[in-house]
Amino acid sequence: MHSTTMDFVPIALMFLVATGFVAGTMAVTHLLGPNRKTKIKQESFECGIEPQGDARIPFSIKYFLVAILFVLFDVEVIFMYPWAVNFRGLGILGFVEMMTFVAFFLIGFVYILKKGALKWE
Amino acid sequence: MGVTTTVENSPAGYGGPGFFATSLDKAVGMARKNSIWPLPFATSCCGIEFMATMASHYDLGRFGSERLSFSPRQADLLMVMGTISKKMGPILRQVYEQMAEPKWVLSMGACASSGGIFDTYSVLQGIDRIMPVDVYIPGCPPRPEQVIDGLLQIQKLVENESLRRRNSQEYKALQAKYGLE
Repeated sequence: MHSTTMDFVPIALMFLVATGFVAGTMAVTHLLGPNRKTKIKQESFECGIEPQGDARIPFSIKYFLVAILFVLFDVEVIFMYPWAVNFRGLGILGFVEMMTFVAFFLIGFVYILKKGALKWE
Repeated sequence: MGVTTTVENSPAGYGGPGFFATSLDKAVGMARKNSIWPLPFATSCCGIEFMATMASHYDLGRFGSERLSFSPRQADLLMVMGTISKKMGPILRQVYEQMAEPKWVLSMGACASSGGIFDTYSVLQGIDRIMPVDVYIPGCPPRPEQVIDGLLQIQKLVENESLRRRNSQEYKALQAKYGLE
């Protein structure tokens, strides 16, 4: 089947209408919606107490590092659930594959331990 | 279990088989009335009574208010429950001012409404000295049934409030009285 550039005009039109609708409704709600902005209302909410300092302060990267390592090993455990359910069905091959997978992760675990990523102090 | 809108308790309007038409005021009023998000400002024993009101026995969720808002940004109703000391006053006022319109205030118990037994130098003699109050609940502390009654009174106000009320001269005068913007 031969297609021309003209065949894609409806798709372009659809994209135009989709973005136009979103932008249009957002603009209209912001313009027509009633609002009352006061200085106190715009302040950040600190349970009614005067805000102290800035929220953008540097904090230790360790929180992030530990959290991301947790996610990694968490996912490993998630993979074990379907494997455990189909343990008999997958047989010895499945067992070997899982052990390989765990071994790879163990190497990673040894690596982060040696790097001292889990040392908090 | 929410309140089912049947023909009996639907707002006045024009209806036929498969359709119903009413004014925007009434439709908005009905929607607002049945989904009030309260901000609990509990400072003493009235707060404990409020916890009972929210729990399974009394279940404020039946009236569409199970979603408490701990930020004033999304709250419709400020529930002041307990003794407000003069030092707490500005904090309460800040919370009230940070709520988005339309907003309502419910004063629960003797302390919030009038200072109660604490007729001393340190206690605010009623929160209506710093902000407009819509409904007062008497009692020390009030029973959960009274809190429910208070919320139903608020619902009546919400249902019947005109969409233009917050722009009226009356409302502006009320705000000016309390020095609110």
